[in-house]
Amino acid sequence: MAQWIAACSTGDIDPEDVIPFDHGGSAYAVYRSPDGAYYATDGHCSHEQTLLCDGLVMGDVIECPKHNGRFDYTSGKALGAPVLVDLRTYPTRVIDGTVYIDVG
Amino acid sequence: MGRERLARYSLAGPENQAAVDAGLAGAIWFRSEVPRKRMKELMRRSDYPAIRDTAIWLGLMALFAGLGIAFWGSWWAVPFFLAYGVLYGSTSDSRWHETGHGTAFRSRWLDEALYQLASFMIMRDPTVWRWSHTRHHTDTLILGRDPEIAAMRPARLARLLANFFGLVDVPVAFRLMFLHATGRLTAEEADFVPEPERHKVYRTARIDLAIYAVTVASAVAFRSWLPVVLIGGPRIYGAFMLNVYALTQHAGMGENVLDHRLNTRTVKMCVVNRFLYWNMNYHVEHHMFPMVPYYRLPELHEEVKHDCAPVYPSLWAAYKEILPAILRQLKDQEYYVRRELLPGAAPFNEPTPLNDGRAQPLSTVTAA
Repeated sequence: MAQWIAACSTGDIDPEDVIPFDHGGSAYAVYRSPDGAYYATDGHCSHEQTLLCDGLVMGDVIECPKHNGRFDYTSGKALGAPVLVDLRTYPTRVIDGTVYIDVG
Repeated sequence: MGRERLARYSLAGPENQAAVDAGLAGAIWFRSEVPRKRMKELMRRSDYPAIRDTAIWLGLMALFAGLGIAFWGSWWAVPFFLAYGVLYGSTSDSRWHETGHGTAFRSRWLDEALYQLASFMIMRDPTVWRWSHTRHHTDTLILGRDPEIAAMRPARLARLLANFFGLVDVPVAFRLMFLHATGRLTAEEADFVPEPERHKVYRTARIDLAIYAVTVASAVAFRSWLPVVLIGGPRIYGAFMLNVYALTQHAGMGENVLDHRLNTRTVKMCVVNRFLYWNMNYHVEHHMFPMVPYYRLPELHEEVKHDCAPVYPSLWAAYKEILPAILRQLKDQEYYVRRELLPGAAPFNEPTPLNDGRAQPLSTVTAA
């Protein structure tokens, strides 16, 4: 069941960057791609409990700041060692300058 | 003493679970505050610096090998092969390290290509050591967890000295190649190499052994040592600088701590050593922020140096501390080098008395 939560304003994230968002005791990462689209994934790397919001966004890829585990944040797909488990992704939508993510 | 020491450091021993139980495995480590915008700048990569440095590196090896071959049979060949050997058998370590982190090049394929080449040269399986180094960064100098602790307490002195000429590393590398080629891992490797990755280990071992077999066969066929001097041999006769550099990283410092300022050194080096070592001398900074590429570590150093102990001004200064510390640890295994932070630095992260660097045996402390 959908549960849309306001995560941030569109201007809170630079293009090709990521910010953290916490809700209900869970950590999320909210991304803005180079072409201005917004995406959301789990906040922690699937390899170890490292926050992805401290990592580097390059194109459609987020690199974990600890071991350079790489994910396609648009699909959550793990792109090779040391990450072998995909990230969970969450639908996003933008209404009146606010980014919502569906955490349901 | 020997068996007890090995058991404490073994990933297959009791300290592994004890470290997990004590909250030392996969724990949160101290990091200096660096503004997000600045950190993004420092993490950004381009291909140019590493392409330039790799071209120089490979070019120098080709030059020295060529001159060595040209003078083969005379003593004039010795200095050229010595230079070639150091580039091959010592500096491949820093290339292996940086590309293993995936931070040398922006282009992934360039990074992976150099990683495979450097892994072959340094005689490390690229898959096993990728996972080994991942663990080293998660649990740096945590006993029973970190597979890359070079100087134990007490140090295995004969082994350390022999390794200046690869006399331990090379036989061990070949023993592992033969083991891996038969489709097996050691118990320690099985602790950190996930099942889906293991087939790569077995395949690489078979390829590497084939290359070495061709090298030896060529030496026999041509009745010349030259093929071995060019391939594989440098890991013995050129390995001494690898150890000169690598021992500065952590030897003699705190164990079972959660702050890289307690277990890692940053040492100032001249421009030649920094080229050969790819700036790995900025090792505290590297451990705090592993995603910063080697060519930006001097800038990162400027950002965090206020939070750290004073930098060692030279290799000589570092070894004036390392050698006495290693010798003292032969008798006193709770001794470690504890440095004073600069005034105003954030205090050491020592959440429990277990984290003070002495590294008392956790398996007995946590059981009590």
